[in-house]
Amino acid sequence: MDTEKVIEKLKERFGSDIIEINTRNNKRSVVTIHPGSLLKVAEYMYKEAGLRFIIASAIHTKRGFEIHYHFSYDEIGLVLNIHVILNSENPKIESLSNMFNASNWIEREMHELFGINFLNHPNQEKLISEGNWAEGVYPYRKEFK
Amino acid sequence: MRNNMTKKFFIPIGPYHPLQEEPELFKLYCEGEIVKDIKWETGYNHRGIEKLAESKTYDQVFFLVERVCGICSTSHPFAFANAVEEICNVEITDRAKYIRSIIGELERIHSHLLWVGLAGHFLGYNTVFMWAWKYREPILDLFEIITGNRNSYAMFKVGGVRRDIENSKIETIKKVLDECRRKTNLLTGAVMDDPVIHARTKGVGTLTKQDIIDYAAVGPTARASGVAIDVRKDDPYAAYPLVNWKVITSDTGDVFAKAEVRLLEMFESISIIEQCLDKLKTEKEGDIAVKVKEIPEGIGTGRAEAPRGEVFHCVFSDGSNSPARHKIRAPSYVNIATFKKSCIGQSISDATISLAAVDPCYCCTERLAAVYSAGSGEKLYNARELIELSADRTAKLRNTQKI
Repeated sequence: MDTEKVIEKLKERFGSDIIEINTRNNKRSVVTIHPGSLLKVAEYMYKEAGLRFIIASAIHTKRGFEIHYHFSYDEIGLVLNIHVILNSENPKIESLSNMFNASNWIEREMHELFGINFLNHPNQEKLISEGNWAEGVYPYRKEFK
Repeated sequence: MRNNMTKKFFIPIGPYHPLQEEPELFKLYCEGEIVKDIKWETGYNHRGIEKLAESKTYDQVFFLVERVCGICSTSHPFAFANAVEEICNVEITDRAKYIRSIIGELERIHSHLLWVGLAGHFLGYNTVFMWAWKYREPILDLFEIITGNRNSYAMFKVGGVRRDIENSKIETIKKVLDECRRKTNLLTGAVMDDPVIHARTKGVGTLTKQDIIDYAAVGPTARASGVAIDVRKDDPYAAYPLVNWKVITSDTGDVFAKAEVRLLEMFESISIIEQCLDKLKTEKEGDIAVKVKEIPEGIGTGRAEAPRGEVFHCVFSDGSNSPARHKIRAPSYVNIATFKKSCIGQSISDATISLAAVDPCYCCTERLAAVYSAGSGEKLYNARELIELSADRTAKLRNTQKI
């Protein structure tokens, strides 16, 4: 299967959940979806399509909190980024950690550094600054100096 | 000791050493000698490198990310270069590709030799430790010849490499590699044919294919469980698609399989370097970099296969001269989490080698703190005693097998 087919399949299956697809080349693609559709898209990617979860990157921009969930299709070397935009006030999204363990730590880290809430996370404790960082201060937000 | 069999023990392993790349504390909860649960704490020496990268220019970030890890200090600049070059759509020269791969593979050899040595030490084979580290020295000397540094080589930049490998140095490098192949052969034979090492490592710290998929583990940890993923093959970069080599895998997923994968990978690395050196002769000397004027707006996802697995860098550029956001995922981040699967149910004396098997930074496993009884708070073992416990077990096995 090549990158085009992977994207076609995604479109076919989740047409109404997808906002935008930006394919840079045959190895890299960013698929922007509605935050509410994350669970079913991730479930398809992990369980049916057999993609490997690499990591997630959060970034605080003018549009709000953006998260890129990076998945790898190792057979064809494709990095598929599932992109969601959360609003700046009270950012929250469903956790993927009940589906696979690989996202457990990175969600805790994003919660800690950006203040994004991961709903139904099994253990949303601090990962790196337990006991030595102020509550409610998020160092990776843009307003933090 | 009989009473202790029913008590629960808490064993801290860690927490940190400022020199290690990933400071961490493992808390082993044991009943008698068996590990029942494991918890992990980190952040003791969090340096905020991702945030710091946002205040550096692209050229400066190379020096910053080189300091993420001391042992595999070229894999982060490698992934970062791949990410930035993806944003600006740059194709580097073939000579730069070969030099990048040579540096990457030399690093894999010295890192794997370091692992073999320490694994030997944890099992009570200090001779293996000394041999392996002795054989590692000429590789570090090679780095000094090529880059001027034994560590933190400062070779990478956007669009190529900073220094050339002059053709006159090629024969010297080849001679060292010949010697390295002979010594690796010797070491592989010594490790693979030893019945006591078999007894200590086979069936210990096993990870199944499903565990690997669930935890998204990478590198030799994944390949030892039959998951044949290797970024060099799957998403080829630098000179890897231009030379012949194969991905080494094993099926059993135990400590032995992980050692086997690493040892055999070293031969592949030597072969890759030799092929790259031959191809260097056909390329024009000094043609090592292309000029990159500016980094446009965009997202770059760069990957590189470090000795421990896939390093992943995601760079968000807003068109300025520094990254708007820089996400770094080192392989140990996903590999360490598999301890929950590999250590639970093992005895304490097997815990050290199970923890070491995924090749986390060694300072953490070296700094085994102490064993406390959860009930009385009484200290039972200290770091040295835990390693001795493991060495004793090997000695006993050696006696029973009459070797």
